[in-house]
Amino acid sequence: MRNGTDTGRKRNQWVLWLLIIPFIATLWVPFYAAPQPAIGGVPYFYWYQFLWVIITAVLTAIVYFITR
Amino acid sequence: MPKLDWVALTVFIVLFIGVTAVGFIAARWRKGDLNLLHEWGLAGSRFGTLVTWFLLGGDLYTAYTFVAVPGLAFAKGALAFFAMPYTIITYPLVFLFMPRLWAVSRKRGYLTAADFVRGRFDSHWLALAVALTGILATMPYIALQLYGMEVSIFELGINPEIALLVAFVILAAYTFVSGLRAPALIAIVKDCMIWIAVIVCVIYIPIQLGGYGHIFALAQQHFVAANAKSTTGPVGSIFLGTSASQVAFSTLALGSALALFMYPHAVTGVLASKSGTVVKRNMALLPIYSFMLGLIALLGYFALAAGVKPDPIYKTNIAVPGLIHLMFPSWFAGFAYAAITIGALVPASVMSIAAANLFTRNIYKEYFRRGASDREESNTAKTASLVVKLGALGFVLIPGATLYAINLQLLGGVWILQIFPALVFGLYTRWFNRWALLIGWAVGMVAGTWMAASVNFASTFTLTFGGHAYPVYTALIAFILNVVVAAVFTLMFSAVKVSNGQDATVLADYEDLAPAGVTAS
Repeated sequence: MRNGTDTGRKRNQWVLWLLIIPFIATLWVPFYAAPQPAIGGVPYFYWYQFLWVIITAVLTAIVYFITR
Repeated sequence: MPKLDWVALTVFIVLFIGVTAVGFIAARWRKGDLNLLHEWGLAGSRFGTLVTWFLLGGDLYTAYTFVAVPGLAFAKGALAFFAMPYTIITYPLVFLFMPRLWAVSRKRGYLTAADFVRGRFDSHWLALAVALTGILATMPYIALQLYGMEVSIFELGINPEIALLVAFVILAAYTFVSGLRAPALIAIVKDCMIWIAVIVCVIYIPIQLGGYGHIFALAQQHFVAANAKSTTGPVGSIFLGTSASQVAFSTLALGSALALFMYPHAVTGVLASKSGTVVKRNMALLPIYSFMLGLIALLGYFALAAGVKPDPIYKTNIAVPGLIHLMFPSWFAGFAYAAITIGALVPASVMSIAAANLFTRNIYKEYFRRGASDREESNTAKTASLVVKLGALGFVLIPGATLYAINLQLLGGVWILQIFPALVFGLYTRWFNRWALLIGWAVGMVAGTWMAASVNFASTFTLTFGGHAYPVYTALIAFILNVVVAAVFTLMFSAVKVSNGQDATVLADYEDLAPAGVTAS
């Protein structure tokens, strides 16, 4: 069921740092507090946030698979 | 009051009866001895990835959220979207510490966060603080679930008080009988209904209103006009133009993200899963609901574009129910109202169970009946779940009390974050002294309550840095004070060698590894 050994798990701990990226991307609002570029009528401010929902889920999944 | 809508009402009642049946059938689902608190209150900790996903999704994204977030977008615009960064960053954070809480709870038989704090810091006072904070923060939250129901039922054109009373009795009965199994099974139905309603809304309504671009433009026009008319400063905007509004947005997101999994109903949902791996998988899967929450927030702009007007009683919280009423034929409106109402049942049920678990384990058993039998423990919890819900019902039925519930729920967010140091730092280290943590908690609670009251229960408190005034989420300010005080007192206490008690846990307890020979099934 589990393939990683204890030392393998420890060695992979670096990947946890990936989880800090969403904090920077979403909590620093000047990155996205702008109307343009809009996609399909949806302003940048809005689609950026939806995009980061997806990116964060993918990052979390990557961390899950590597540290498993 | 809207006219009685028979078609919508019939659809609504049929769906509600179906869900009630599910709630009672749940007692037989994955059968366990419901006279054990572990079975009644945590469903025996046997839920796999999918059920946990439905349960946590149905539990964290509450009916009140579905009413209040678009309501805030409808009233103020972009600020409401703090719900997105909030629910984006909460999962990576929880991915780190919740599996540790799950693991140590399984090894040591802890059923609540306060159980863990008691064992870790050997302090029943600190555990009492954690338990009381959890119960205090949860009660108004349950009241707001009933309020979320009320707003939807109102649009059906029936007397909301009587309808609420009926819904309440049903909710109380199946929670009493089936425990956590009931909301878990109902969550599956609820989430499917909500998904259908949301997808139909975000496709059908923009087609009717002339597309997304047009909706955003109309929403912006609305705020420009409202700001020009306002005599008390700007009302809102669909963009965060000022650095002050960006600070408010960002601190609300961070503070809420730190607080979310401190809530007893979130902890209960996590501890009911069958392994730390299930918890981790869910942290990658739950963002699907965050995506949905973003779509639901947009409904506030749809309501502006469609010309929904604030209601004299429900104010801007009418945005989504009013939008549904305006845009859809009766049968679908009935379906959508039922989705929100059933959506309120899941969190209300889990919250009352979680508060009951805290009361039973950390107050009743700790201070009143040391030697309570298993059966007495589970009976106490069942009764406590009824009492908690009755209190919540009082909030909604007493005229004018809803306003207090909204204020108290906001305070609840400030309060619940104050248990973070004891719980989350405690999962990693015993560096903090238990008395210092208690003092930090008390300072956070008092300072947070004072700040919130002094700004008449607005969510932010204005701090001044270098001549600039920034509105910062009150909970976050109180939390920082709490941590600083706890750290300073820890240094002082360790200098004079104040005992930090006996740790009931060992390092290996926190590892997410099944012991040799035991699979993680």
